[in-house]
Amino acid sequence: MAELATAPGAGVNKEIKRERTFVVTMKRLLKNKLAVAGLIIIILQIGMAIFAPLITFHDPVKQDINASELPVFSENHWLGTDNYGRDVWSRIVYGARISLVVGLIAVTLGLIGGTILGMLGGYYKKLDGIIMRIVDLLFSFPGILLAMLIIAILGTSLVNVAIAISIWSIPTCARIVRGSVLSIKEKEYVMAMKSLGASDLRIMFKHILPNAFAPIIVFATMRMATAILSTASLSYLGLGAQPPTPEWGAMISQGQAFMWSSPHLTIIPGIAIMLTVFAFNVVGDGLRDAIDPNMDI
Amino acid sequence: MAVAEQKKTTNAKHEPKVLLELEGIKKYYPIKGGILQRKQGDVKAVENVSLKLFEGESLGVVGESGCGKSTLGKAVLGLEELTEGKIVFQDTEIQDLKRKEKLKFVKEMQMIFQDPFASLNPRQRIGHALEEVFTMHTDMSAKEKRKAVIDLLVEVGLKEEHFYKYPHEFSGGQRQRIGIARAIALNPSFVICDEAVSALDVSVQAQVLKLLKTLQEKYQLSYLFISHDLGVVRYFCDRVLVMYLGNTVELGTVADLFNKPLHPYTQALLSAIPRPSVNAKRKRVRLQGDLPNPANPPSGCPFHTRCPIAAEKCSSEKPAWVEYEPNHFAACHFAGQPIQ
Repeated sequence: MAELATAPGAGVNKEIKRERTFVVTMKRLLKNKLAVAGLIIIILQIGMAIFAPLITFHDPVKQDINASELPVFSENHWLGTDNYGRDVWSRIVYGARISLVVGLIAVTLGLIGGTILGMLGGYYKKLDGIIMRIVDLLFSFPGILLAMLIIAILGTSLVNVAIAISIWSIPTCARIVRGSVLSIKEKEYVMAMKSLGASDLRIMFKHILPNAFAPIIVFATMRMATAILSTASLSYLGLGAQPPTPEWGAMISQGQAFMWSSPHLTIIPGIAIMLTVFAFNVVGDGLRDAIDPNMDI
Repeated sequence: MAVAEQKKTTNAKHEPKVLLELEGIKKYYPIKGGILQRKQGDVKAVENVSLKLFEGESLGVVGESGCGKSTLGKAVLGLEELTEGKIVFQDTEIQDLKRKEKLKFVKEMQMIFQDPFASLNPRQRIGHALEEVFTMHTDMSAKEKRKAVIDLLVEVGLKEEHFYKYPHEFSGGQRQRIGIARAIALNPSFVICDEAVSALDVSVQAQVLKLLKTLQEKYQLSYLFISHDLGVVRYFCDRVLVMYLGNTVELGTVADLFNKPLHPYTQALLSAIPRPSVNAKRKRVRLQGDLPNPANPPSGCPFHTRCPIAAEKCSSEKPAWVEYEPNHFAACHFAGQPIQ
């Protein structure tokens, strides 16, 4: 009988790993130097966005024809001014607000849509085929093209940019969630809830979703980077933020006419975009490694 | 495992009441293949099982891995859709009821799962997991639920302070107690124990079995006790059902089945129980070969490919389910014949 009383070693390891998942994950994340650098950049940016009025001394949209195209490190304008005399530092700081907010809205909407679709597809076998074919259809469009199409329908504005980007995030998110749901719904605790007479909704949202959270978090972080980059791209193309809104992509677009006389008008917003995207990507990578190095994203 | 066969007479005295009746239960899993996912055959997990379970009794179900004992348990509970057959519980046919109508019976039938860790949501505090059972089935206030959960925890030998702990903070035995608490929370009359103690080590097994016994006496529970451990079944159950390849092979009281097994498969199973005595002389019945593929079961008696006493008749004719002695059924053409 002794050999039948199975106590598999694998189970023991799993227990240790379960111990305070959040703390363990954070500790592992903080060991990753690149991820820490990314975290610092993100925190600085959030601070910039929140305290924008306190750390700038000029209205980002106020023109001053007497102080146009000032170079970097000028008096009163340490990052210079653009061709209308608007302060570049103020515009960068307020631009952080726009990038983060649009990114956040886009990712949130995409997550909600993707999670619902993914859950339905993963949980109900009958819906799976239909939902996954719709997802495939969305996948078959190149991202920017799909976003442009949606904006062409909805009109140009930052809100529509957020919606376009969120729609483009849905299929990837749906795939990831569906994968997790497929594995989690076979777990015994889901079976146990069914045997207790739990409704499908209760099982999906109370028992499957919390256990599928890890890949969703990683996806959200990485998708933030893409969303911010796409917002800038669309604004650069003139489909997103309209002048005089201080959006980074729009700033590059307006500054490129003065590439030779005032290169800082394109270089500085370029650096801002690059740093942000880099930061979200390395934090996402770090999170994935910290949560589960074998995760499939 | 030297366990005497005391007790087990309590039910025989007065006419017992039938709690659950299974009639010709079949569960086939379709095998799909090809581009169009067309059905190409069936895995016959449970083939034509009929039995009666009486109030307050423990019925053991034994057999090797893959013989369909767990599927049978899940099918009774409605976790697996039946291919064919009738489940009569408390005089009501329940196999075709919709979820809402079934909720009434859900309270009466519960299940204890094999792996006590896997059967608890790792991200839910166990107090909340138990409260959820009441949320789903009663209108209790938050305070009442909390009190009911704490009573339950004490009932299964845990403590009040365990309320806010997560499943990983418990030992295997404690987790199985939580599983038991969840199963008895709604005061059921019938509990399926699907290998409920197999994942625990021997000393803890004994404690959990004792707890199950205590609860049975207190609440008049009936158990369908699925196990591959004959020692545990012999100690715990009143009657035993032996299954092979989805078919019922033999059914009888523990005393009958262990002392004079009728079916050669039962005899082989019993001869595999280790005996603690050095001098014990016994004949070991060794079965040849593996379990046949349940998608393509042998013709005639499903056991004839491995049976030591199989004759020509066995490969062509399926043996009937016959009551050879009172309350002792078997499906074999040569039931009771000793193995040479």
